[in-house]
Amino acid sequence: MALKTARMTEELELFGCIQCGKCTGGCPVARKTTLNIRDLIYHMMVDSDMDLDTHAELWDCTACFTCVERCPKDVQPAELIIALRGELVEGGRIPETIGTALMSIFRQGNPSSMARQDRDLWAEGMEASLEQAKQAAQDGCDLLYFVGCIPAYDNRVQPVARALMRVFESAGLDVGALGTDETCCGNEVRRMGEVGLFEMLVEENGEMLRNVGADQIVTTSPHCFNTFKNEYGLPDTEILHYTQLLAHLLEEGDLTFGGSLASEEGEKKVVTYHDPCFLGKQNQVYDEPRAIIKAIPGVELVEMDRSRERSLCCEGGGGRMWVEGTNLEERIAFQRVQEAADTGADILAVACPFCLLTLEDAVKVQGLDEQLRVMDIMELVDQVLEEDVPDASDQE
Amino acid sequence: MEQEPRIGVYICHCGVNIAATVEVEEVAAAAADLPGVVVSRDYTYMCSDPGQALIKEDIRAYGLNRVVVASCSPRMHEPTFRAASEQAGVNPYQVEMANIREQCSWVHKDKRQATEKANLLVASAVAKAVHLEALGDREVDVTPGALVIGGGIAGMAAALDVADTGLQAYLVEKADHLGGRVADLNRTFPTLESVSELLPPLIERVQNHPNITVFLNSEVAQVNGYVGNFEVSVTGAADGEAGELEEGTIKVGSIVVATGYDVFDPDRLPEFGYSDYPNVITSLEMEERLMEGDLTVNGRTPERVAFIQCVGSRDKQLGNPHCSRVCCMYTAKQSRLVREMLPDAEVTVFYIDVRTFGKGGEEFYDDARSKGVRYRRGNVSEIYRKPGEPERVILVAEDTLLGQPIDFEADLVVLAVGMEARESTSKISQLLKLPRSADGFFLEAHPKLRPVDTAMAGVFLAGCCQGPKDIPDTVAQAKAAASSALIPLIRGSVPVESATAVVSEELCAGCGMCVEVCPYEAPALDQLWRVSRINPVLCEGCGACAATCPSSAIRMQHFTAEQVLAQVDALISS
Repeated sequence: MALKTARMTEELELFGCIQCGKCTGGCPVARKTTLNIRDLIYHMMVDSDMDLDTHAELWDCTACFTCVERCPKDVQPAELIIALRGELVEGGRIPETIGTALMSIFRQGNPSSMARQDRDLWAEGMEASLEQAKQAAQDGCDLLYFVGCIPAYDNRVQPVARALMRVFESAGLDVGALGTDETCCGNEVRRMGEVGLFEMLVEENGEMLRNVGADQIVTTSPHCFNTFKNEYGLPDTEILHYTQLLAHLLEEGDLTFGGSLASEEGEKKVVTYHDPCFLGKQNQVYDEPRAIIKAIPGVELVEMDRSRERSLCCEGGGGRMWVEGTNLEERIAFQRVQEAADTGADILAVACPFCLLTLEDAVKVQGLDEQLRVMDIMELVDQVLEEDVPDASDQE
Repeated sequence: MEQEPRIGVYICHCGVNIAATVEVEEVAAAAADLPGVVVSRDYTYMCSDPGQALIKEDIRAYGLNRVVVASCSPRMHEPTFRAASEQAGVNPYQVEMANIREQCSWVHKDKRQATEKANLLVASAVAKAVHLEALGDREVDVTPGALVIGGGIAGMAAALDVADTGLQAYLVEKADHLGGRVADLNRTFPTLESVSELLPPLIERVQNHPNITVFLNSEVAQVNGYVGNFEVSVTGAADGEAGELEEGTIKVGSIVVATGYDVFDPDRLPEFGYSDYPNVITSLEMEERLMEGDLTVNGRTPERVAFIQCVGSRDKQLGNPHCSRVCCMYTAKQSRLVREMLPDAEVTVFYIDVRTFGKGGEEFYDDARSKGVRYRRGNVSEIYRKPGEPERVILVAEDTLLGQPIDFEADLVVLAVGMEARESTSKISQLLKLPRSADGFFLEAHPKLRPVDTAMAGVFLAGCCQGPKDIPDTVAQAKAAASSALIPLIRGSVPVESATAVVSEELCAGCGMCVEVCPYEAPALDQLWRVSRINPVLCEGCGACAATCPSSAIRMQHFTAEQVLAQVDALISS
């Protein structure tokens, strides 16, 4: 499949590139596959055609956007990958698993081939709270909770959503939720190159969100947060990741923690935090997650050397949850959990459903599960929530 | 008595700049029928010598007393056409321009409509020309001294040239010593001359010069006046060795701005971990280490030294789109000195492009490589600590010539930090009303023909406050600025614009509104007669007072109500 390069090169303003190599240099997957974004840009500039069939590595990109952050010339290298994937989607030449995920989003509103009517299953044990939230959304609420596909359906992530609901109650917030009407935000859809489907989701979700008319939308996932904030065009709504909301509640004294994670002997739990790309690098939310962790009694926060702007990617973004890429053996997550373990931490805290799944998997494969647990910040918070919430069923 | 207007109209093609979009012959023909027009022509380049000769010949042949040129912006060539007309006997204030390039041909595509617009603009200019009055030349006396702001190498070089003519120079320096940034350097490129041999004799000459007054720990707080006669308040100076100060005020005829630059703060690129790792240092810190002759880091002699170029330069995301022009050369210098000090160390420079353009620059780069410095193309994206060996860091990069991502281990990393406009630039810019270019540095009046002049008459630029430079360029520019600053001082008087506002005292009610609106403090109320008087020397001719005056007592010469309304009438009557 040959692509005429001229139009795309001009549209993406690739001629601004000076071939400095900061993009490929900083690219987490360039070290393990043949993906070389700087080289792709060069070929786009100097060749009139590009044979897309010879570039299977295009599906290796995690859309972490480190290349975009580092580019001194404001070229958006990752957008070229998205555009080239778009050509492949258009031509029907996509990995089968990507196709399945996209089809499932189109039909069921989620990438996991789960039924739309099962989207409320996450709220097991707190059905009354969810029903109340759904009613609130219909009546019009100030704060809307967007659960997201993975927290709604994935057994491992569902407790995160439930913990968040308990925080809303503990802080006395009237929160709304969309229930089974909630549909995939499309953040990964755009990054997999399916522009048409993404635009459809933006239109339909956008209408639904505008109808609720909430002042604030809070998301479990940094991925939903990113697309709502930067790509949906919702200027009248403040889009928050849950870490921002919680940090604010703590600062205002609307949320307080009791109990402690320390052992009976008073030994503190050592926690290190992994910055999700879509929260940190792409949206500069670095301090709020740390503020929450530091506020949890009985916890000591230690930092990995590569944190904040230098955080490693877990390799779960950009559609990589549904496609393995060209190098199965080496996973960046392996390196990442090793770095976490090297800090001496007991817990590797995350704030993203994808990071939770990829890093926990890596801990198991690397045999680190005896010493290191991967937990979402919400799971830590859940253990020290002040109030007794009636349907707190999934606490271990 | 007013003469009967005899107007010559000249339509410029500006090559194809105007002629491709505007039917110039048609515009010239239409202008011939306008009231007062005696002759109307079009020509390829009116600003060329033959173009100017055309105007002069017509003035003599037809007895013209007004000239209208339809061409580019008056900012470009009004002085040209005023001078040409004056040589043939037409008063320069009876020359009018119609801008049919920037305001017409360059911004329109449709030839028909552009031609019609050009016709209107020319008719409007002709209508004004009918009413133009001859105005006389004005000159004012000059205070024979210069102020130099900044005591770095640029400021010192400029002050010395001024003072060596026998005139007084005042040098105001913020710090408690002279020498500026050069004092922080070890050796200079490409000669490897030691700064300790270069700078102290210069400082000594400045300090002991009978015609230079140095104010240390001092800053310019306020500047009033105009070319030839500035009044400058200096803070901190009054309690210093203020020999000739009157209440902290200096009077000078011209000003040289030599305020230098800021060094880029690498913490703005957190991915380099500058504040986290003691072995990641800036090039200025490297100068200090080279001066001390100690490269030990983390308690050991480095075996692998890496230099990273373009840190904070050529970076749009940081708002520094410019090249800092010195980093390639000082990196060649430092890397070579490291090779000489540590012959066993591997020294690598990561670069995007090598720009060693100055005299002797390329040869110096050749020398560095022949001494064994390795140049690798590809800039570093990130630095992190080597796991298991915390004294070392890993540079994450791509060698773009190999097309391979690399993890490069180093014991010492030098960030080649670039130059930025000084933080104080905005303050000085407000004090002196100096415009700045997009990169934040002060803007010169013309990049090629007036490189040390500014938009403000009598204010000149020297050194890195205008943009990044090495020492030779800085000193060359400082000497140029001094020479330009000396022109009004030596001439003894300066011409001033005659298009000023005048008050009709019979009409003036003495309300004082003109005093309030004037940004130049030109009008003042005469308390005895209760009328406003405008100091023509201070008046910049902006017209704010004339527009404000409720009793229409102020007349803005060269932009009178009569002239402007005639212009408007011509535009809307067709």
